[in-house]
Amino acid sequence: MPPNFWRNLPVLSTSAIRRNPALARRSFLGLGAALTGSLALGRAANAETSGASPPADAPWSQSLGAGVVDRPYGKPADTEASVIRRNVPWLTAGTESSISFSPLQDLNGIITPNGLFFERYHAGRPDVDPAQHRLMIHGLVERPLVLTMKDILRFPSVSRIHFIECPANGGMEWRAAQLNSLQFNHGMISCAEWTGVKLSTLLEEVGLKKEAEWVMVEGADGAHMNRSLPLEKCLDDCLIVYAQNGEALRPEQGYPLRLVVPGWEGNVSVKWLRRIKIGDKPWYSREETSKYTDLMPDGTSRGFTWLIDAKSVITFPCPEKPLSGPGLYEIRGLAWTGNGKVKGVHVSVDGGINWQTAQLHEPVLSKALTRFSIPWRWDGKPALLESRVIDETGYVQPTITDLRKQRGTNSVYHNNSIQTWQVKPDGSVFDVQIG
Amino acid sequence: MFRSGNLFPVIARNEVTKQSRFRLRPLDCFAALAMTTAVGLPAILPAIAAEPGHFGYGTVATPEQIAGWDIDVRGEDGAGLPAGSGSVSKGESVFADQCAACHGTFGEGEGRFPKLAGGDGTLKDDRPELTVGSYWPYAPTLFDYINRAMPMPTPHTLSADDVYALTAYILNLNNIVPNEFVADRTSLPKVKMPNRDNFVWKDPRPDTAARPCMSACANPADIKIMSTAEGKDLTPRTTGPLDTMQPK
Repeated sequence: MPPNFWRNLPVLSTSAIRRNPALARRSFLGLGAALTGSLALGRAANAETSGASPPADAPWSQSLGAGVVDRPYGKPADTEASVIRRNVPWLTAGTESSISFSPLQDLNGIITPNGLFFERYHAGRPDVDPAQHRLMIHGLVERPLVLTMKDILRFPSVSRIHFIECPANGGMEWRAAQLNSLQFNHGMISCAEWTGVKLSTLLEEVGLKKEAEWVMVEGADGAHMNRSLPLEKCLDDCLIVYAQNGEALRPEQGYPLRLVVPGWEGNVSVKWLRRIKIGDKPWYSREETSKYTDLMPDGTSRGFTWLIDAKSVITFPCPEKPLSGPGLYEIRGLAWTGNGKVKGVHVSVDGGINWQTAQLHEPVLSKALTRFSIPWRWDGKPALLESRVIDETGYVQPTITDLRKQRGTNSVYHNNSIQTWQVKPDGSVFDVQIG
Repeated sequence: MFRSGNLFPVIARNEVTKQSRFRLRPLDCFAALAMTTAVGLPAILPAIAAEPGHFGYGTVATPEQIAGWDIDVRGEDGAGLPAGSGSVSKGESVFADQCAACHGTFGEGEGRFPKLAGGDGTLKDDRPELTVGSYWPYAPTLFDYINRAMPMPTPHTLSADDVYALTAYILNLNNIVPNEFVADRTSLPKVKMPNRDNFVWKDPRPDTAARPCMSACANPADIKIMSTAEGKDLTPRTTGPLDTMQPK
């Protein structure tokens, strides 16, 4: 919270006073009440009651609020100023080729607000002029095309809710528990409703030659980020989108146009999309050889590991949201899988000895975040909280021990292991790994 | 899988749409369909099997437009490599001007910027060093990446000759090509990278097979905390302003 927040609390907007001087006297009286309230609040920051709680009437209940279009593009309450994307400054050389994390500890439901969607750039966030932006589709096609944004908006549109997860989410925990945070251990995932054109529609419009097997997608950013995708996936469920949660894509998310490859590692959902080339073989670009390949203990590496395997995490309690004394709580969390729908989530409070089935919250959508919850009466004793997802293929989320047996500790990507939160008697929560 | 021409799945093809292929613009299509309907209601286009040019939006890409953007080089065989060439010695001077500030004079990497050379034989180590020489499977990918993404502040501004020279220099730093090597569209695809055969390009997952046991799944005595983030002082703050913590 900004230091002078309560003092700055507008009782009546200054613009309203300007427009209606008659309000000024009432405003002055209101200001007195607000200041009294602010002192009371300052003294009782964590108390259940304050000068603005019952029986007192709050200053905002005894004054006129700001009018419509006071904020023509809305923004969160000032008291939510801590709910922001955050980065780990020591992780990367600079912020232009880096990542930020969504504050999952403060989010509800399955949709990530556009301003909190995690960021991943390879050459910073470009400011693309939509009037000059073009999408070129060429290669092994009958009719190579250049499309403007106006052209793309004319194609039949679809809207789908899908998550995007960077496969490096949890990558800092392969070796050991390191970061005491839900946001930094799991925040490279976000979920939105995307609107655009099915990639299959565009590929049918250009006409594929019979040798076509692979598709290269490329961004208009300074990295000219490019990846190869098998044609089968492109014709299945990939989307070329221009809107996110009802409004134009944010620049951070690829404005004016990006690819969404549902259920696959986020890197292939190329942002600021400018080119699609059809070929007969993969390209083996830097992003799919030097990066986004998984080094195994025997020195071999796995490539083209696109799928996001099933994963879940308890979002309350968590290190950022500890417990406040024994009593009844609702354990809450998120589950997802690139393999379709979440079938079930189990929760353990004893480190995986015993499990109970959590309730899944509607909607349960394919390749989208799914909410789960389960009531828990905490007795104030130490606890080890875990969640475990099963997806519709029957795949069960593994432990970090299971994953290390297969992949060692140097594969960076695709750590979808069970998260353990240690609850201490004082209610504080820590990121731990158990064995 | 869909293919062009007759292999497209046909949902409701009729004579009008057959004739319209490539020749009629969408509005003509619309008019033609409207004429075939007896009623004067605005015609709603039926679900027509998609054919190339069905919508007719946009413009056909010209060879000049394609040439300007068609920058990709395929790693495996170098398809797409442009004309031009560059030597190791020229690469050394281009590297000093354009790259050394971040990557170090000999590719050793400044600060947290990537190291480009060394790390041979470390891939099975506890702390492997993944560099161009120790990790990258294909030499043409190096040309492609430098050309499309480097130098970081001014990407895609170097000439093909300079990119070839940098490619030659970085390969030479890794002892993969001799000092007299000249990189061009013929020589580069012939360079065999040391780690080339160690990639498996088919995803073997799922590689775990956990069972959904529900009760008494483990012996309580075996549940031990093996590691904790508590006290490691690696976590940036998660409230208040953004943290600026640097490596410890």
